[in-house]
Amino acid sequence: MIYRETGQFKSTYASDQQLFPIVQDRWFVIGVVAFAFVAVPFLASEYLFLAILIPFLILALAAIGLNILVGYCGQVSLGTGAFMAVGAYSAYNLAIRMPDLNLIVIFLASGAIAMAFGVLFGIPSLRIKGFYLAVATLAAQFFVDWLFARVKWFTNDSSSGSVSAPPLQVFGYGIETPAQQYLFVLAFVCVFALAARNLTRGAIGRAWMATRDMDVAAEVIGIRPMAAKLSAFAVSSFIVGVAGALWAFIRLGSWEPLAFDVNRSFQLLFMVIIGGLGSILGSFLGAAFIVILPLVLNQLPTWLGIPLSTAMISHLEIMIFGALIVFFLIVEPRGLARLWAIGKEKLRLWPFPH
Amino acid sequence: MNAATSRNLTIAFFVLLAGAAISPMVAGPAKFPQWLEVVLGGLMSGVLYSLVAIGLVLIFKASGVFNFAQGAMVLFAALSLVRLMEKMPFLAALAVTVAIMVALAFLIEFLVLRRLVNQDPIVLFMATLGVAYFLDGFGQTVWGSDIYTLQVGMPKEPKILFENTFEGGILVSMEDVVAAVLAAIMVGALAFFFQKTATGRALRAVADDHQAAQSIGIPLNRIWVIVWSVAGLVALVAGVIWGSKLGVQFSLSQVALKALPVVILGGFTSIPGAIIGGLIIGLGEKISEVYLGPMLGGGIENWFAYVLALVFLLFRPEGLFGERHIDRV
Amino acid sequence: MKRILSKHATALALAVAGAFGAAQDVRAQSSNEIFIPALVYRTGAYAPNGVPWADGFVDYIKLVNERDGGVNGIKLAYEECETGYATDRGVECYERLKSKKPVAFSPLSTGITYALTDKAPGDKIVLITGGYGRADSVDGAVFQWNFPIFGTYWDGADILVQHVKKKGPLKGKKIALVYHDSPYGKEPIPVLEALAKREGFELIKLPVTHPGVEQKATWLQVRQQRPDYVFLWGWGVMNSTSIKEAIAVSYPRLQMYGVWWAAAEPDVEPAEQAAKGYNGLAMGHSAEHDRPIHKDMIKYLYDKGKGTAAKKEEVGEVLYNRGMLSAMMTVEAIRKAQEKFGKRVVTGEEVRWGAENLNIDAARIKALGVDGMMVPLKTSCNDHGGAHSARIHTWDGKQWSYTSDMYTSDPKLLRPMIEASAKKYADEKKITPAPCGKAMTASAQ
Repeated sequence: MIYRETGQFKSTYASDQQLFPIVQDRWFVIGVVAFAFVAVPFLASEYLFLAILIPFLILALAAIGLNILVGYCGQVSLGTGAFMAVGAYSAYNLAIRMPDLNLIVIFLASGAIAMAFGVLFGIPSLRIKGFYLAVATLAAQFFVDWLFARVKWFTNDSSSGSVSAPPLQVFGYGIETPAQQYLFVLAFVCVFALAARNLTRGAIGRAWMATRDMDVAAEVIGIRPMAAKLSAFAVSSFIVGVAGALWAFIRLGSWEPLAFDVNRSFQLLFMVIIGGLGSILGSFLGAAFIVILPLVLNQLPTWLGIPLSTAMISHLEIMIFGALIVFFLIVEPRGLARLWAIGKEKLRLWPFPH
Repeated sequence: MNAATSRNLTIAFFVLLAGAAISPMVAGPAKFPQWLEVVLGGLMSGVLYSLVAIGLVLIFKASGVFNFAQGAMVLFAALSLVRLMEKMPFLAALAVTVAIMVALAFLIEFLVLRRLVNQDPIVLFMATLGVAYFLDGFGQTVWGSDIYTLQVGMPKEPKILFENTFEGGILVSMEDVVAAVLAAIMVGALAFFFQKTATGRALRAVADDHQAAQSIGIPLNRIWVIVWSVAGLVALVAGVIWGSKLGVQFSLSQVALKALPVVILGGFTSIPGAIIGGLIIGLGEKISEVYLGPMLGGGIENWFAYVLALVFLLFRPEGLFGERHIDRV
Repeated sequence: MKRILSKHATALALAVAGAFGAAQDVRAQSSNEIFIPALVYRTGAYAPNGVPWADGFVDYIKLVNERDGGVNGIKLAYEECETGYATDRGVECYERLKSKKPVAFSPLSTGITYALTDKAPGDKIVLITGGYGRADSVDGAVFQWNFPIFGTYWDGADILVQHVKKKGPLKGKKIALVYHDSPYGKEPIPVLEALAKREGFELIKLPVTHPGVEQKATWLQVRQQRPDYVFLWGWGVMNSTSIKEAIAVSYPRLQMYGVWWAAAEPDVEPAEQAAKGYNGLAMGHSAEHDRPIHKDMIKYLYDKGKGTAAKKEEVGEVLYNRGMLSAMMTVEAIRKAQEKFGKRVVTGEEVRWGAENLNIDAARIKALGVDGMMVPLKTSCNDHGGAHSARIHTWDGKQWSYTSDMYTSDPKLLRPMIEASAKKYADEKKITPAPCGKAMTASAQ
């Protein structure tokens, strides 16, 4: 009853094809975005920004990138951490060697470098499928781990291999307080989420989905597999590269190659699977789940009143994490996004049964 | 690319690999003993990787699941054994650990596999990843996260052979030789099991075609429990050997990641592939680290194995002995 | 239908509860306690070494509360946060604990120290990095909030070379550095390279990737190159693996020297008797079990069942002592701050002053009950390390014993390097160095 679309008539093709055709959807999304931009900076505590919102947004961006590759195009990739690392170190080198460049340009350029890298490591996907491809992407992961640890030029000859971002400012406004960092990241995420959503709705997105469902059939009807797969790798690595640069500059401030190791890749893959493959909203939901879970688990002993050592908490975290993944895969293999869609379906009829 | 080109390229790949492996010898016959040590060390490492890879192949063949939890199972088995050994003699501890691994197989089949029948392979893979995380945490909760020394009587001091012929002699790690012999015995036992026993034949039938096997009355669920138990036993053997070498500790489960290039090279569905793939990867890794590594600053072991497997996949996408993938449109 | 609905409803409820719960700000700290968090790792590849350090650290804080009723009557509060030696988790812990108004942090990881060095000045939190951290943070003019008490890796590298030089001139010899491929392992390389040039030895660098269980190729190379000495700069399970692999290639343990983080019980015990002869740097202390402080630990904590370690025998192990001394110096800094600013809950700024003006002389060392476990320590604006001495201890199969006199690192070699590196950091970060007065003379170090 709340959610139904009766009474909403479309009189132009444009209005029928728009991003959120149902008025309630549109208002909801605009409301959330407006709230996020206007109200949250004043309402949220510093802890909320630093521990939850900023990591959630940046990881959601990376998850969107990975979702395009795995969810929309069906190419399993376990090397996302490597692309984030490429983005982060490119941004660092650009910021250090060309300090006069605008920060936004630096991030976009680092995304472009990650894109080139992604296309390079995506070439094997033309021959290799499925798990073989997943393990091949691990080659990218470990190679990049080694590259940034070994080649001193990338870390500006730092003797320890650890690098730190210069103080950030854009158009004269500093990006130092958590609220400023949050707004900056939010702007990036909104723009990229919109772009990704539109890409997946267009011809390219359909080519990706066709390649995912049955690549031989797709080729037969005229979709060029090389274009589809490589474009998926390109777009995905671009987004993931920008996310990596944001993660390094804003979230960490100072990092070393191990910050983007294979555990980060697995974490992103979990986000995408739990959130829902092939869904932009799913990337957000999955990222929220993965960011919030360790924090909840850490608070659990205090709520339950049982004193646990940090080691036990850590082990419990891993155990519950693994168990929840299996639980979600059994209960709803299409992820949280599917739960959301089912919820919306129910809302269309509520309170009527059918 | 047709079969002939693929076969020719494979032969070319191996010739190149052999050439690269032998090339350090060009430096002179005085370097021969060192080169031989590296080759032997690499082959031994390869055997150890194959141990883990065989478990992976077993499960993939019989149930089509890529068991990412194999490494966690190796760790869990080793942890259980070493902690039980603190309380009871070796054989009793071994028996209890075997029972634990079988119980684990039961649980995994009942809680996870049965509920995920007919799902996407990626979903099953993620489920095993979840199981891996769970086992990691659970093992450390129950048994602790220290390094535990596993004493099974493996020799620790190396043997130096041919000290008179070559300067410094050739170093052979007796521990690795014992490990290789154990691995060979295990593979022999597995081969016997698959070829000569009824259960083994049933397993092969299931690996061939699930539906056909079901139609002649083979109970799939029980077969899966058996397969996972056998994989658990293989994990136990691997755990004992690796644990005795490195000490039983958390990082043992990371070693499993090294088994992935092995399975790729050898093919996901072939045990001889796992063994040969392991030998190639072990050899390639060590030779590259010792001879190529210093030129690149060292530490290239980690990614070299993967890159080697990747290059091999480019012209033989199913691995050396894997089944050709047939797409039905 | 109902079952599906209820399943989904449960999932949704879980999600909402989780979101709500996580958004709760951590409860504010009691206003009458001084908060000292510790970033520890009790899980993961580095746990075997992290656990005794954490136990020592926490035990000392508990002891101060139990035995002395706090510092001048103000109790200490502590909290452990598990990092697993991962830099991003360390940063997460820091952000989460920041709101509880900590005065001093112990990151126990060089990588995390690098990350927090940028954040700590803005948050006014002191970083006490006892025996680790950035070597250049000795320069307190630039690194006003970092305190590498007891010495840095550059001190350690120099002292090791001094020691092996005593066995014979180094010209033409080979020294291999087997190091953990992380900021921690790479720290000594500049000093070792400078010394290689000066003394005429060849430095062979052999990196080992985290976690360090794959070292066969590394040690095959060691066997091929036959270095005269091997310096081990590992951490966690890498150490015991290195020693075991050294045994496997028959490299004499007598020629192996580990830095103070690679010379403790968890590293040699897995190899047991075969590790006999392995040497390490003792950062002032080794494994002492019988000093007054240890007796106090047993009396006030373990006999009452309040000790942190799983076994009483752990009290006095090498890493336990180090954690304990780290906590001790933190408390001394607080005490010093209270002397000047008032016996109340002091702020981060005040503790920073206290840490910069530490003067632990021989009398105070005896009063603290750690006689023979540390050298007199005096920090200043120019020297945030306070002491730069160490000696060698050797494992004889059952325990550690000292096998050398105390060495002090060479300020003529190190100070210019420290100042150059600090200046590079200051330029990169656009920091104006604090006015410290004249640059140090050799005697002040």
